[in-house]
Amino acid sequence: MHSPLDTAEHPEKLRRVVIEPVSRVEGHGKVTILLDDQRKVHQVRLHIVEFRGFERFIQGRPYWEVPVMVQRLCGICPVSHHLAASKALDAVVGARTLTPAAERIRRLMHYGQILQSHALHFYHLASPDLLFGFDADPRKRNVVGVLAAYPDIARQGVLLRKYGQECIRVTAGKRVHGTGSIPGGVNKRVTAEERDELRRPLSDIRAWAQAGVALVTELHEHNRDLYEQFGTVKSSLLSIVGRDGKLDLYDGVLRARDAQGAIIFDGVEPKDYHVQLRENVRSWSYMKFPFIVSRGPEEGWYKVGPLARIQNCDAIGTPLAEAARQELIADSHGAIVHAPLVFHWARMIELLHAVEVIEGLLADPALLGDELVASGPRARTGVGIIEAPRGTLIHQYEVDEHDLVTMCNLIVSTTHNNQAMNEAIRQVARQHLDGHEPTEGLLNHIEVAIRAFDPCLSCATHALGKMPLAVEIVDAQGALVERLVRDGERL
Amino acid sequence: MTAKTFQMDGHDVPFEEGQSILAAALAAGSYVPYLCYHAEFKPHGSCKVCTVKVNGRTQASCTTPAREGDVVESNVDELNELRKNLVQFLFTEGNHFCPSCEASGGCALQAVGYELGMTTAHYSPLFPDRPVDASHPDVLLDFNRCILCELCVRASSLVDGKNVFSLSGRGITKHLIVNAESGKLADTTLSVEDKAMSVCPVGVILRKRRGFKAPIGERRYDAHSISEVAVAHPEDEAK
Repeated sequence: MHSPLDTAEHPEKLRRVVIEPVSRVEGHGKVTILLDDQRKVHQVRLHIVEFRGFERFIQGRPYWEVPVMVQRLCGICPVSHHLAASKALDAVVGARTLTPAAERIRRLMHYGQILQSHALHFYHLASPDLLFGFDADPRKRNVVGVLAAYPDIARQGVLLRKYGQECIRVTAGKRVHGTGSIPGGVNKRVTAEERDELRRPLSDIRAWAQAGVALVTELHEHNRDLYEQFGTVKSSLLSIVGRDGKLDLYDGVLRARDAQGAIIFDGVEPKDYHVQLRENVRSWSYMKFPFIVSRGPEEGWYKVGPLARIQNCDAIGTPLAEAARQELIADSHGAIVHAPLVFHWARMIELLHAVEVIEGLLADPALLGDELVASGPRARTGVGIIEAPRGTLIHQYEVDEHDLVTMCNLIVSTTHNNQAMNEAIRQVARQHLDGHEPTEGLLNHIEVAIRAFDPCLSCATHALGKMPLAVEIVDAQGALVERLVRDGERL
Repeated sequence: MTAKTFQMDGHDVPFEEGQSILAAALAAGSYVPYLCYHAEFKPHGSCKVCTVKVNGRTQASCTTPAREGDVVESNVDELNELRKNLVQFLFTEGNHFCPSCEASGGCALQAVGYELGMTTAHYSPLFPDRPVDASHPDVLLDFNRCILCELCVRASSLVDGKNVFSLSGRGITKHLIVNAESGKLADTTLSVEDKAMSVCPVGVILRKRRGFKAPIGERRYDAHSISEVAVAHPEDEAK
């Protein structure tokens, strides 16, 4: 797993270039690059500099508070945490099957979330790079610049996002940080008026989503070499798929493929995720490094997110998005695509899929049902897995006999992509920085690769008490007196 | 016979003999912010949020009997600013995390904060260490949110006849305790039907497994502010 650019042999002799903060991403991160006198790159690391620690402070809280509390991890995709926690706690309250209305209301909330987050990511955060060029004038390379140069594209992005947020408001009570999903179901029914209100703009929304797919396809066509090679590093893929093998972003079983597309594991129930996945820690990051157990910590890293999902599933169950997926597959002649920039293409296919799913849900009379909560025999543990906009999101809880949480483990999308993002920026550094004096434009290339993964850095940092840590005590002359090391397992 | 009146913020407020300024004002549709007052219990004027000026002198309006001809100032900047400070002290003395609190939207402390235009806690939080008591099968006690209003103490003692709750300590260390040898709620006779279960104005005494069952839009202060709710149903508010 430790690639040549993970750790330089003699960092003290190298020049340090820092990109801080990484811009147009959710959360706070920085990139450090170590260069020698010939500007050869020796080390590249993505650091997540904030610390959240939700896994720790959720302990001792009542379980019904968890879905509302953990969503505060994020302001862009809180619904994903809200629902993943609810799904985990469904098991705790014994709700093995939700009521038909609750299942549909949660799906509407989730696909609204996918729609708004993908729109935000592509149009607001990533499109300035793709439309103007990676080293375009930074004063223009932003969403305001897009609004000036491509007003229709920017407007459609804003309205697509707004529509997704409306789906969330109707189901969760608020556009951001609602309370709609509770252990065992939902607390709010959808009225016929609310449904009709969401149906009204659907034909525009569908047309804009299709235009989005066409735009990203055209960008790819226009600069094929860049899109296929920029930061490309092969790895395994992970996601959940529906029990029928089709794309399902709300519920399903875990499936992983290797870099060539062969199945590593399939049909893994969420509760058994820990058999297939484990996490490692490094001294320089609050973010953990997960890996596929059968491949080991060195080789077992993988990608999650739109590009992994649409290649991991057998098909997409909605016609427009499936046709778009087939185009992407045909473009690579069936070979697994690993290029970070193709994440954007996959993301827009999923955005279109989300619109189609929402359309189906709004046509389903069961959405308006008023039986909202199910229950059954209590359990002490629960695992909830969902495909958040950025990738697989795992929540696991243990709850004691007094209803308090005693253990919480969160493996969020960005954590899954930790190694993949590090490898992608190392590849970009090799391709574009080696031998050059770093300019703003060149350094933005690094950020472009990170943005392609749509990382949520604020969601990902919970390694409290688990980071490897070295403390050195030196005397006044600088001689080492004592060295204490904690390696994540022992102190 | 003409009703006796006092004047509050330039308006005549009628009152009955023995009625407090606060009770008379609420009955007449004039809101005065408060936290520890409850129409069913003898007021003890501890939170001081209902402080008004009576003939130029500051008084807790819940414990001050209305008198014919008194001139009362209530909704004035000076008093509202002081009330806001009191609420900010309460926020910083406890651990009040509204974003994840199940009482949010139905919490009097939060609602009074909004009413007084409080946008931040202003003071440095003390972050006291107050573990929850989850020992009771049906009730959770989250001491983090206690504002020492003593409504549960009064309800348990005067209505339920159980004395489940008490305040202990003095000054900044004053805190709510459970009257049991173990200190645990499970070792008391509290039941979910008790009056003490329904009087907490914040999120301390909670029915287990009920949190967030009320959707946004249907919570007590979603559609109407606390000033509207309090004067619409003065006898019902704080129940």
